Amino acid sequence: MSGVEILFAGFALLAAAAGLLSVTSRHVVHAALWLVVALGSLAGVYLTLGAEIVAIVQLLVYVGAVVVLVLFALMLTRAPIEASATLDAGPGQRAGAALAGLAVAALLAGTLLVAVGDRTVSPAAGQGSADRLGLALFAGWVLPFELLSVLLLASLIGALALSRDRRR
Amino acid sequence: MIHLIGPAVLAAALAGAGVYGLLARRNAVLVLIGAELLLNAANVLLVTASALPAGGLAALPPSGVLIQPSSDPLLPGQVMTIFVITIAAAEIGLALAVVLLLFRQRGTADLTAVRELGEGSAGYTETPGTPTASDPAAGPARQAEVP
Repeated sequence: MSGVEILFAGFALLAAAAGLLSVTSRHVVHAALWLVVALGSLAGVYLTLGAEIVAIVQLLVYVGAVVVLVLFALMLTRAPIEASATLDAGPGQRAGAALAGLAVAALLAGTLLVAVGDRTVSPAAGQGSADRLGLALFAGWVLPFELLSVLLLASLIGALALSRDRRR
Repeated sequence: MIHLIGPAVLAAALAGAGVYGLLARRNAVLVLIGAELLLNAANVLLVTASALPAGGLAALPPSGVLIQPSSDPLLPGQVMTIFVITIAAAEIGLALAVVLLLFRQRGTADLTAVRELGEGSAGYTETPGTPTASDPAAGPARQAEVP
């Protein structure tokens, strides 16, 4: 096992465990903070796979913006700070959800393990560097990129229109 | 050198946790956390694909051979990951606005409390437009639209 592989395994285990905790925690704030841990260690996973700019974007957008939005929404909806039993559905639905989650995980893992076999990959140096990714983004992908900016603007206007107080 | 089994199992675990979160949670904000985990499972696979040489798995040399094949100059895996992150940001902004609207109208973010369209609720009718006993305010207005 090489050093990079050990690093990858550590980040991956942390991400999977934190993801599992973020959907099972009985404290709302703990769930959001475990999501921070999961997304942050996923940035580490991307780093070990050679995608450094994607790792930085993950940290900036997900940990910096999305989780802050989630925390704000939790505060604005007056979510209970202490442990609460009203966050989860009943035990029957939870068992069904666990079954569905296990089925999805088993199906994905089964197909992917058959597909990849015992192949290994060694990320090339500078593969995800800013100049290569910037060139790819603004030379080959510039039209989807601009479309995405329009999508972001539309979602911003939509969020504003939805959250406007109509009683005033 | 990383075995591809690792990213595959990680993506499967994240997707399973995300599906569980989507189905088992009642609080609307926590349901969205499950959706984020699902999107991140897809991102892990995309970043892993970007580490493969151009041509994907089939172009990968058998393990043990230490040649470095060239990767796709357009870096589709990483660019798609950035696109997915952007779409996730747009989605969560809009979804949280909907949750806030729900909370302002009903005073709760509990998804099981909002069952007006469910068959078991008191306000449910087979023929929308006809007033029901529990919904007197909306009834006459909706009735007026139907000739």
